[in-house]
Amino acid sequence: MAAVSIRGLAKAYVPGKPVLSGITLDIAADGITAIIGPSGTGKSTLIRCINRLVEPSAGEIIFEGQNLVTLNRAALRSARRQIGMVFQEYNLVERLTVMENVLSGRLGYVPPWKAWLRRFPPEDVREAFALLDTVGLAAHAHARADALSGGQRQRVGIARALMQRPRLLLADEPTSSLDPKTSVEIMTLLRDLTAARGIPAIVNIHNVELAKRFAARIVGMSGGAVVFDGAPASLTDAHLKQIYGGHGEKGWLDGE
Amino acid sequence: MSAAAEPVAREWQRYSCGERIARFVVYLTLVAAVVLSVRSVEVIPEFILDAPEQVADLLKRMWPPDAASYPQEIHQALLDSMHIATVGTVLGVLMALPFGFLAARNVTPWPWLNWMARLVLIATRSVNTLVFALFFVAVFGPGALAGTLAIAFHSIGFIGRLFSEALENTSPGPIEALRAAGAPGVSVISFGYWPQVVPAFWSLVLFRWDINVRESIVLGLVGAGGVGMVLDNAMNLFLWGRVAMVLIAILAVVVLAEVAVTYIRKKIL
Repeated sequence: MAAVSIRGLAKAYVPGKPVLSGITLDIAADGITAIIGPSGTGKSTLIRCINRLVEPSAGEIIFEGQNLVTLNRAALRSARRQIGMVFQEYNLVERLTVMENVLSGRLGYVPPWKAWLRRFPPEDVREAFALLDTVGLAAHAHARADALSGGQRQRVGIARALMQRPRLLLADEPTSSLDPKTSVEIMTLLRDLTAARGIPAIVNIHNVELAKRFAARIVGMSGGAVVFDGAPASLTDAHLKQIYGGHGEKGWLDGE
Repeated sequence: MSAAAEPVAREWQRYSCGERIARFVVYLTLVAAVVLSVRSVEVIPEFILDAPEQVADLLKRMWPPDAASYPQEIHQALLDSMHIATVGTVLGVLMALPFGFLAARNVTPWPWLNWMARLVLIATRSVNTLVFALFFVAVFGPGALAGTLAIAFHSIGFIGRLFSEALENTSPGPIEALRAAGAPGVSVISFGYWPQVVPAFWSLVLFRWDINVRESIVLGLVGAGGVGMVLDNAMNLFLWGRVAMVLIAILAVVVLAEVAVTYIRKKIL
């Protein structure tokens, strides 16, 4: 049973210049699916089409029994509450506290006036503290988000996404702004927390090593189409050359 | 180096021939404009030559300032002016906020609404406070109410415009994150936009209040209440000592307001 079924998904920002052309993918109900590929190949567009931060041009995306592509505004909003998202630039509200940022994951459920008065349900606050414990930031709950380091901010970003109690997690280059050690910590958190909650995750990542280490499945994209789809162990250098275009720069893969 | 084989012409000029002609034409136009303006102003040379004497005479009559008139009349009128400025600013802010949100293209993604809001902001800003005051004095009669409303209406354009610009300069990332979490529009504004524009908001409110303190003083000249009315009366009655006292009081208030605003802005930002 697939968590998400993508059928013939296409996106062209400029008519006639498709960024995605006919993507068809089934995302398994658990584990991390890593999407790798060169910059500008539509990885980000693909992931943003799923929760319609980018409007798809054609195709369908079946999630929880409904086609996300055709949902109206209200229905899209309730579908989005089921889909957590982690961003490359963390996208925290800098001038709010860590706690407020984590609780903002519940904004889809809390009436606006209660949110404005910061009157979140007690069980939400409890869960937010528990999540901050899990990501190791309980001591920073009352600090402002802009006082944190990059790695800490991304932990808040993950806590915010999980605060939605999502049925699917999207992560758009979650480690690209972080140093190698922090990247591994963040990927470990993403893998362990989603596994513990049984949430499938789709992660855009351009670090092939991290993808191989943490993903259950790797999807390789090139020129807006899927050119590889399989287990990390079956990803060969030949595949990587096909994904990243090995011609012209001989040995860039093995020369490192 | 191979460049030595083909020597490049080493002449250099800051402006090309066309540019030089264009600059000359611009200067010529400026001079012509100044000459024309001076002629239409019809300066009377006798009055200019006479001016230092007149100023000296006026200053002599103003000295000493009539300190006794301060507690009698000026103090209360000055407070009235401050109240007009403050209440007017608060009313102006309340009216400006909705238009600010509507005018910001990222908050309100409907161009016709942006355009309507912008029209309101431009209209209120382009009508001078004094013109508004004349209008409201005609409607509500002379007094502080007319002045307060004049200040409030003229402030809409200033506050609304700068507030919508602050909104448009917010970072789109956090907004996207809240939308992706399924937050309703009102919560996106209160959690995403508002925290990002809070410093700009208070800064421009204080700035506008500072301007309004000065504008409220002038308003009395058209009968819209405050210390300007005292000034107008004193001048009509040739009470130059009192005029001097009013001017000193105004100067003190304006300086104090400026100092207070600068201090608070520094604390906020």
